[in-house]
Amino acid sequence: MAENNKQTKIHVSHLKKNFGDLEVLKDVSIDIHEGEVVVILGPSGSGKSTFLRCLNRLEEITDGTVIVDGYDITDKHTDINKVRENVGMVFQLFNLFNNLDVMGNMMLAPTELKKATKEEARETAMRLLKRVGLADKADAYPAQLSGGQKQRVAIARALAMNPDIMLFDEPTSALDPEMVGEVLQVMQNLAKEGMTMVVVTHEIGFAREVASRVIFMEGGYIVEEGTPNEVINHPKEPRTIDFLSKVL
Amino acid sequence: MLAKIISTYGSLLLEAMGQTLLLALCGLFFACILGLIFGLLSVLRSRVCNIISTIFVDVIRGLPMIVLAFFIYFGIPQLINTFMVGTRFTLSALQAGTIALALNCGAYMSEIIRAGIQSVDKGQMEAARSLGLPYWKSMRKVVLPQAIRTMIPSIINQFIITLKDTSILSVIGFPELVNTAKNVQANTMRPFEVWFIVGIMYLVVITILSRFAKVMERRINRGRE
Repeated sequence: MAENNKQTKIHVSHLKKNFGDLEVLKDVSIDIHEGEVVVILGPSGSGKSTFLRCLNRLEEITDGTVIVDGYDITDKHTDINKVRENVGMVFQLFNLFNNLDVMGNMMLAPTELKKATKEEARETAMRLLKRVGLADKADAYPAQLSGGQKQRVAIARALAMNPDIMLFDEPTSALDPEMVGEVLQVMQNLAKEGMTMVVVTHEIGFAREVASRVIFMEGGYIVEEGTPNEVINHPKEPRTIDFLSKVL
Repeated sequence: MLAKIISTYGSLLLEAMGQTLLLALCGLFFACILGLIFGLLSVLRSRVCNIISTIFVDVIRGLPMIVLAFFIYFGIPQLINTFMVGTRFTLSALQAGTIALALNCGAYMSEIIRAGIQSVDKGQMEAARSLGLPYWKSMRKVVLPQAIRTMIPSIINQFIITLKDTSILSVIGFPELVNTAKNVQANTMRPFEVWFIVGIMYLVVITILSRFAKVMERRINRGRE
């Protein structure tokens, strides 16, 4: 690993992922450094969500090397649960635990994994809920929340484990348009605080404003990458140009 | 005549109802354990575990319980005594009945539990795993509590079926309600009255149980939706 002043948080080399005969990721390599906000764009079926899900091994990796936080997660001997404790993930469909209230959602992992006592976990949860503007919803069940509120709780739940890295899998795709802003705002604040983030999204505006690097994926490859200005405003690859012309 | 039968045989029939309930409870207790084990085996990501569970469910579901009961009550002791010369192994009617009921009900419970677990969105498990929770902890704290809520109506239904199925075990001589009623019928020669009384007894117990179950179901679901 290159010893920059910024540490390499995620190192991916020649990652391949097949679902049966279908090659979803063909050859993906990338390094992501501490504090970077990497936004992944691309048409559906390009493999961007699968790529993200390989970073915490929610998908078994077919071939290649993925090193996260210094752990080689392609090594069968790596305790993946330990790695995941430091890698938060936010899902398109929120996936709040429906059997628990908001506080229960936030406290489950920290207390079960002995990261905090009940009191500490409750305190952290309240602090994070305040940060996402939902302190008054601590006792609500997921079914009583709007989509935007659910997603903000989901972000807070991931943050409760005090992760080094946050992965976002199309966090605003399932939201009503008027709720997209509140979620993006929380993510933008997180980026400002220096969180290392990998974000799969269709929000070009967010990519342009918040990303430190934009990656365009198609057909299981990274087609183009660079600063938001380079990739979004001055794309070079025909496929990137074609995609952007459709979504902008 | 009805009154006379009730006054003469009432306490005997009530006692028999007690035996029916005892058998049902024993059977259900072990059926829950079997159902949970085989239900979980069927959802694990392991071919071997899935196949073991499928075989269990298919075999038990493919057998009438009366055959199962005879096989366990008469067949198993013979087998054991043939192979281990000198032993005089026997099963009591309660033991054999409990095993037969537990196997039979367990197979259906296993299917209910499998369906219940599979009805929980897989995003729930993924979210729990993404936080670093191990598989079984995620299962216990997140997936199973949600699965149980959807399973409750089917489980109660299965309980009632099992309670009724205890009557089949009259064939191995367990003194439950039907078996006792047969004796009462033979003594009194009044089948209409006897079976009328027995019918009412089953009806009362099962109605009480299903009412109680409804209350429980409502309590569990309260405030969640």
